[in-house]
Amino acid sequence: MGLAAESQFHVLAVDDSIIDRKLIERLLKTSSYQVTTVDSGSKALEFLGLCENDETNPNTPSVFPNNHQEVEVNLVITDYCMPGMTGYDLLKKIKESSSLKNIPVVIMSSENVPSRINRCLEEGAEEFFLKPVRLSDLSRLKPHMKKTKLKHQKQETEQKFENSEIIQNDQKQTPKSQIQHSETESQSQTQLQAHSTIDQQQQSLQQGNNNKRKNMEQGLSSDTDRTRPRYSGIATVV
Amino acid sequence: MDQLQRKLRDYEAAMFQQGFLDDQFSQLQKLQDDSSPDFVIEVMTMFFDDSEKLLNNISRALEQIPVNFKQIDAYVHQQKGSSASVGAARVKNICATFRSFCEAQNRDG
Repeated sequence: MGLAAESQFHVLAVDDSIIDRKLIERLLKTSSYQVTTVDSGSKALEFLGLCENDETNPNTPSVFPNNHQEVEVNLVITDYCMPGMTGYDLLKKIKESSSLKNIPVVIMSSENVPSRINRCLEEGAEEFFLKPVRLSDLSRLKPHMKKTKLKHQKQETEQKFENSEIIQNDQKQTPKSQIQHSETESQSQTQLQAHSTIDQQQQSLQQGNNNKRKNMEQGLSSDTDRTRPRYSGIATVV
Repeated sequence: MDQLQRKLRDYEAAMFQQGFLDDQFSQLQKLQDDSSPDFVIEVMTMFFDDSEKLLNNISRALEQIPVNFKQIDAYVHQQKGSSASVGAARVKNICATFRSFCEAQNRDG
């Protein structure tokens, strides 16, 4: 499975804006990922459907002549606002598909709308990026892709993997993090303090990236009290 | 040649200072390297082409009676998105104002 792409991760990027497609392609290539870009959710599903055909039925002729047999997608990153099928619709379709639901999905949006963010995370999105996306944001992708690759190999270790990543993920909230809720309840107080100090530090730093994160955290904290960004400094297993 | 380069640098600095460009433009510059030496030019060219199309669409839409503010808002949203992506801060901010006019259905605005 994926012998040709063993050392490389393949990302499918979906965005109706040609500029954003170019940007995300460059960002991903700079981070050493293989990239395929499409301009709509339906094209994305087409591409993914063909991939799955290749994996489950090697006899099906591939419509993509160059890559042929092992076109495995390790992550889908999609814009939220798209005509026709939105990023959310695409996310749902992927998670509803038995063959595709294990593919991690990341949503991007230029608008910081907490309810939208939560909806996407609840539907199974791994991350939510605010646009414009930066190189530093992409470092959050690797853990999700590695996790999926390992899943194919070892089912048992996958559980441990997910748990440690949730702890180590200092920005994102995922539905799975709610499992951690009872354990971290006592820690949440100190982390709240850590959270606000860091927030202040971020405010004094330059705009752009930090502003976006601050928005994210403020947007998220107003909506969900339960989970908090974790700065526990637990060493990453990855 | 040096002089030209210096002028270019000064011009660029002025653009940043006057708020035409923001940090996102610097991000674009960082993405340019030997493997993609014309990246910034390519993106900016796309941006100008795209913006031109959108502006034409917006002008045409404004001439219609009655004005379809929702459609215009959608165009402006696109313009805002692409200008944010390339670091065109002034354009982005103008779009924000534009959109509030759309919401208020204020054609003169």
